[in-house]
Formats: sequence, C-alpha cells, structure tokens
Amino acid sequence: MKTTRSIANLSRRKFILDSAAAGGGLALGMRLPLGPADANAADAAGTEVNAWVVVNPDDTCVLRIARSEMGQGTHTGLAQLLVEELECDWNKIRLDPITAGQNLARKRVWGEMGTGGSRGIRTSQDYVRRGGAAAREMLLQAAADEWKVPVAELAVSNGVITHAASSRTTTYGKVAAAAAKLAPPDPKSLKLKDPKAWKVAGQPLKRVDLAGKLDGTKVYAIDVKLPGMLNAAIKACPVFGGTLAAYDQGKVLSRPGVRAVVKVNDHTIAVVADTWWHAKSALDALPITWNEGAGAQASSATIAAHLQEGLTGADAYAERDEGDALKAIEGAATRVEAVYATPFLAHATMEPMNCTARISAERGEVWVATQNAEGSLAALSEESGLPLSKCEVYRSDLGGGFGRRGGPQDYVRQAVAIAKQFPGTPVKMIWSREEDQAHDYFRPISQCRLVAGLDGSGNLVGLHARVSGQSINAYMAPTAIKDGKDKRQTQGLWAEPGDAQLGYTFPNFRLEYAMRNTHVPVGPWRGVNTNQNAVYMECFMDEVARAAGKDPLEFRRGLMANHPKHLGVLNAVAEKAGWGRPLPAGVHRGIAQFMGYGSYSAAVAEVSMDPKGKVKVHRLVLALNCGHAVNPDQIAAQVEGSVVYGLTAALYGEISIDKGRVVETNFHTYPMLRLAEMPKVETVIVPTYDFWGGVGEPTICVVSPAVMNAVFAATGKPVRSLPLRKAQLA
Amino acid sequence: MKLNVNGKIREVEAEPDTPLLWALREQVGLTGTKYGCGIAQCGACSVHLNGKAVRSCSLPVGSLKPTDRIVTIEGLSPELTHPVQKAWAALDVPQCGYCQSGQIMAAAALLASKPRPSDAEINAAMTNVCRCGTYQRIRAAIHLAADDAAKSKAKA
Repeated sequence: MKTTRSIANLSRRKFILDSAAAGGGLALGMRLPLGPADANAADAAGTEVNAWVVVNPDDTCVLRIARSEMGQGTHTGLAQLLVEELECDWNKIRLDPITAGQNLARKRVWGEMGTGGSRGIRTSQDYVRRGGAAAREMLLQAAADEWKVPVAELAVSNGVITHAASSRTTTYGKVAAAAAKLAPPDPKSLKLKDPKAWKVAGQPLKRVDLAGKLDGTKVYAIDVKLPGMLNAAIKACPVFGGTLAAYDQGKVLSRPGVRAVVKVNDHTIAVVADTWWHAKSALDALPITWNEGAGAQASSATIAAHLQEGLTGADAYAERDEGDALKAIEGAATRVEAVYATPFLAHATMEPMNCTARISAERGEVWVATQNAEGSLAALSEESGLPLSKCEVYRSDLGGGFGRRGGPQDYVRQAVAIAKQFPGTPVKMIWSREEDQAHDYFRPISQCRLVAGLDGSGNLVGLHARVSGQSINAYMAPTAIKDGKDKRQTQGLWAEPGDAQLGYTFPNFRLEYAMRNTHVPVGPWRGVNTNQNAVYMECFMDEVARAAGKDPLEFRRGLMANHPKHLGVLNAVAEKAGWGRPLPAGVHRGIAQFMGYGSYSAAVAEVSMDPKGKVKVHRLVLALNCGHAVNPDQIAAQVEGSVVYGLTAALYGEISIDKGRVVETNFHTYPMLRLAEMPKVETVIVPTYDFWGGVGEPTICVVSPAVMNAVFAATGKPVRSLPLRKAQLA
Repeated sequence: MKLNVNGKIREVEAEPDTPLLWALREQVGLTGTKYGCGIAQCGACSVHLNGKAVRSCSLPVGSLKPTDRIVTIEGLSPELTHPVQKAWAALDVPQCGYCQSGQIMAAAALLASKPRPSDAEINAAMTNVCRCGTYQRIRAAIHLAADDAAKSKAKA
C-alpha cells in the first residue's frame, strides 16, 4: 500500500509539473487525506479546503471537476452550481479537471468520471453543491474562530467574509489554511439553496472555457507535443471481424521519416514515423492483405432483411403489455399500419480519434480526449499489463464526443499497443477521417412496425409496436440485459416515469423488442435510442391522427391527460410556434414530443419543398423542461446543436454497408449540415424545478419527427425511412 | 524550403507534396489549424493565403512561394482584437471549439472582402462544418463583427 501511495503521489506531482509546463500555470494545492500531505503542500501555494475547492492566497478559487468537457457546457454549469454554494467570486475561479489516477488514489472521492447520457450535471449537481457548501461552512468557521464570534453572525459574498457588528472583513484566501484544518461538516446536514434564491446558477453566464478557442492556443489531444515523440497512422481491417493476413513493409521502410511498420493486433497495422504525415502517406502506400472473413458477405440489403424478419419473428419479448392490444386492434373500425426504418450513423466528431501513449516497464501514460477517463485508465492498464497504480490518463477537452469517446476506448488500446513497442518513447496515434468513418461504434440500425386501431369516432383503442434492431448492450454491456430483456432499446417508450417515459396512455398497448444483431460495431450516439424511437412513435402518431381525421396536436393532447409534463412542453412549443396560425404559401408544419435522458422535449418544424422534393427547413421551435435550468444560454446552445446533429441525420445521415465494410468514408459521401441550411432555431425553456433532467441529448429526439411530420403535411405521404435525401418526396 | 507564416519566414523541411496543414502543425509547430477530413470538405484547416481563406489540408507546400503570405489563427490578431474574435466571444459561439479556428479564419476572410455581408453571402462563404452546431451563432457573430467594424470606422 505504501508503494502504491508513493507512486500515486509521484504521478500527481508529475501532473502538476506537466500542467504548469503546458502553460496552465495552475497552482494546485494538494492536501491529501491518504498520503503524506505536507510534502505535496509545500510544492504549491494554494490550500485544499476539501476535494472540490482549493483556495489560493490571492483569493482565486480552483474548482475540481470530474466530468469531461466536450463543448456541452458541463464545466460551466457545474462551476456555477459550486460557486453558488461556495459564495466565492465568479470572476476569480479556475477549473482543474482531475485525473483518473488522482481519483483512484483518493478512493474515488470525486465519484465516477463518465460523461455521457446527458448526466454531466444532473448526476453530479448534488455532491458538487454540497462540496461547495461544505467548503463555505469551513471557511466561515475559520473566520469565526479567529474573531471569536459566533459563525451565525458572519456574512459572505464573493469570497469576502464580513462581521457587521465589529466591522471586520477577511477573505477566503486569508482563512483557507485554518479552514482546511477543521473537521468537514456532514454533507447530509448541509442545507442547499432554494433555486429561487440562486444568483450565479440559473444565470446565462458566459462559458468558462472560451480561452484558447479563438486564437488556436487551446491544446486538444491531437495537438499534444512531447519530447522525442513519434507519430503513428493506423489501419484496421475494413471488414468488421476480418484479420490481417500479410503486409510488405519493405515497400515503405525507406520512405522519408518512417521508423517502423507495427502490427497492433490481429486485425490492425500501423506505420510509425517522425511525423504523422510521413506515417500516413507510408501507410497509404503499404501493401496489405486482409482475411476479410464471413462479414464480407454482409450488405445493407442483407442487414435490412435480417431486421425485417425480426418484425414478425417469434423470439421478440414484450417490454410492455397493457390490456389486450392485439384484440382491440382486431375489433377496431379502422386499422393503421406502418413500418419505419433508421440507418446506422457515424459520430463524425470534428477531432478524429487519437491518443498519445508513453509506456515503459515502470509506467504507463496516455494523453487522450475521453468521455470516461477511468475507462481510459482501465484500457491503458489492461493493454500495457501495468497495474492501475502505475498508470495515468491526462485528459484534454474533447473536440466532440457525442457518445463515441465513452465506452470502448479502442483508440487507447491501440495507442498503448503501438507505444509498448517503443519503450519510454511517446507515440501519438491519429486516425485519418477515413479510419474514423470506417471504425466507429455506430448508432445501431433498427426498424419498427406499428399497428393501431381506431373506433368509429376516431379514438385510438389499441396500439402494437415492435422494434427490431441491433442492441448496444449486446455489443458493449451484455450484463445490462436482464432476464433476456434489453430495456435500453425501447428508451422513450417506457411506462416508468423519470427518465424516458412515453407521454401517452393507450387503452391497450403492447410494446415488443426483437434483437437482431449484425457484425457492425454499435454504441451510444447523441440521444440513442430515443432519437430512433421518437421517429417511430411520433411519425406514427401523425399517421394515426390523419386516419382519425384529427389535428396532430389535438389528437396527441387527447392521449396525454396522465402526462402533464409531456403535455406542458407540447403546449409551450405549440404556443411559441403559433400552431394553427396561417403560414406562407408552400410552408408546412410538423409537431413532435418525447422524453429522454430525464427531460421533456417538444418541437414544431416549418418546412417547404422544391419541385424535386428537396426539403428546406425554415424554422424549428423547441421546448425543453430539464427540471433545473443551470445556464439558460448554454441550454439554448445545446438545443441549437441538437438541431444541427439531428437535422444532419434526418436529411443526410446514413452509413451503408457493402461487402461487409462502410461505404461512406469521408464527408463527400457522408454529408454534414452546413450553415446555409441552418433553420432559425427558437428555444423555450420551461423548467419546473422539481427534478433534474439532462440537456445535451433530449431535444435531438424531436427534431427528425417534427421535420418528417411537416413533410407529411406537405405531401400527404408519410415518410417512413431516413435519410430524407434518399426518400422519394416529389 | 521557405514559408512566410504570420509575417515570419520559416524554414521548413518537408517534401513538396506535404500538405500545408501538416507542415504548419508538424514543422512550424502551429497546431491551432486543425485536421478534420484531409479532402478540403470540412474547413477545419482554413488559413489565409494572400488574404483569401484556403483549405490547407489540400494545398501542397511545393506549390507555395516564399512571397506567399500565409496567416494562421495564431497570427490573426496580436491580442484577440480582431472584430471576428470579439464577436465570437460576445456571443459565446464555440462549443467544443475544434472547428472554430477554421470558422474564424473563413469569417475574417469574408469580412475583408465584403465588410457588410448579406445572409446569402454568409451562406456562400461559410461552408465549414461544425458538428456541435454553432451555425446560428456564427451567422449572428459575423453580422455583429460587421456592425462593430462599421461603427469603429465611422468613429475614425
């Protein structure tokens, strides 16, 4: 244990030095509850009051944050919540994202570090606020002790403590050392502020992480430079499941800058060179033969047929079975049926996957953009064979995540496997865009068959839905499948409140899932699986409403009496969008609502179509109830972003498979929404302050169905598969 | 070979077919210019060449003369004082920030040629990809930068 500690402390000191060398210059005070604190404390000027807060003598407060920042604003929001309780000066804070090694060495005092599922704020807000409140109490107590007055007589604002009766003031910087010696209060005893009294949280403050994004000085993982560093370009077998058969390194070893051709694992090869450009151009010239394996037989058509079979196959299980939907539909006056399909999608983060690794017999280090620093640490340890205590992960803010940089950590394993072959030498591995497109963990493909019955008055009497598609859990987390039930795949259609509840009550309802896996790797993708299930349910609602001869909004309202929060956002969006009011000639509206990631969303889209059937989206109004709105401007930014990510998928997004491999290898065949196509986005935030919901993902799930329903309104023909560019709309 | 980068002549050891992007990142040491696609589709690598926005990932250094003026994001303004940078900060445009060097360079080149661009001109010039989805704010920030530049000019 002693050895582990001393190595852990070394790593922390190393981290401090590296941070300072990188230009951050953060004064990190580390009073370590489990280690020889004084040795470290002597290195730094600041004082750690508790795990969350370090106070410097100049009154700057350093806030320790465990979650990753990838543009979603979690660092800003958590800083606002922390400062709200700490009562320090918002203009005198700095953020210190802790490392996975630090967290491990301190028995995970900062909790888990995963940043996904729109959980960054909602699952950290409580302990972060309590951390801030506890530090405030200790700082106030230290002042009270010094002045020998009751702590209740003190007031604090912006880090300045005042005792009005004696006209004395002091600052956090002056009392921090004394505060750090006090016993921390029981977190459960702390009374947190009523959000109505918030002064810093709840405000549309500017991001805390703007610096470096305007002048190119921000260092992303892809920008890491280390002394003596080599660079690697990598290529895995383009057919999933295939292996490396042979390669002729003699053809490239004499090229400029090339150091070695390296077998990474049984299906991956890399070229290591002095620069990445040298490595990449040599890799392009390297003759490689693959054993493509059975996967090479698969195509989009065979996969579609596999899923289609699942729509009627006998092995589906019922996730929900309320009343007797099949019987109700059989006896109905009108029957409506539709089959929908959504494709595989790539994440296409702007910063391609990359990782820098330095491995020696004694130590393993990686520099990486990660949504799960502890997952990266585990991957580093496993791949290097070094114990966790000899490993460290230096985390950069991400150039996009969207779910890609969480679970698999495949790029960490690869970088470590390469760097192991150059002991002590740092190697930076960067994926080309082509590799990034070809070896994503894609949004899973799925189809959905829905059948509804209406009575003679157009009332819905029963609904039967079956999703057939690939399971993320089967690929990434098989233990999450309980009793054969893979609940994750039906997110947004659940009966249970709280996270992804369906907002309708049907008199009879049967919901089934048939797992149909493929050889294509799959994983989380902003809003999955709600972004697909919302397309199915919400587009079908419009089809059923039309069959019933009812307005889509009124038809929905009639099924939502038991779901006031779902109805609340639907009403808010309808009002803001002016549902029912006249539109310019040729412009049509569509509406959708859905719940995902703990929050309620609704959208109205306004679209027009040219004679060739090309869709133009003019305006999107979105309403969001995320419970607590920590920063309305950053929430609006996330909503705007979800529109771009969602519209790119709706209009263009499809990864197709031919001969077992990805067809769309770069942005020329995997098009992205650009500025010219950006609709006017209006965001209505309607927080009810009685729960904590997510923000990054929820609204994406209503973007596609609102647009598809507007196209349905325009053409009278339902759109049942995406992307729209491949649909016959004219 | 010699490259004129941000007003300084830099000696670069690179084969003529090396893209300017990689010469900047790996030889000159300026990493503000980003790799996104390598095929001039996304614009993350945008720099100014003689005042015009170009995609450096597809521009071989062998095609450049020492008299060609290359400006990267690091050389846009000495202290974040370019109207585009100020407008970007005022409207909190960046999310992850990775594409923003390219977006800012494209916007700065647009404003240099068209000081008060219309929405249609912004659409035509701003074809860089942003996956976080900052387009609405980029458009607003370009208008803001144009307004501010016009106001400063009027004062002067």
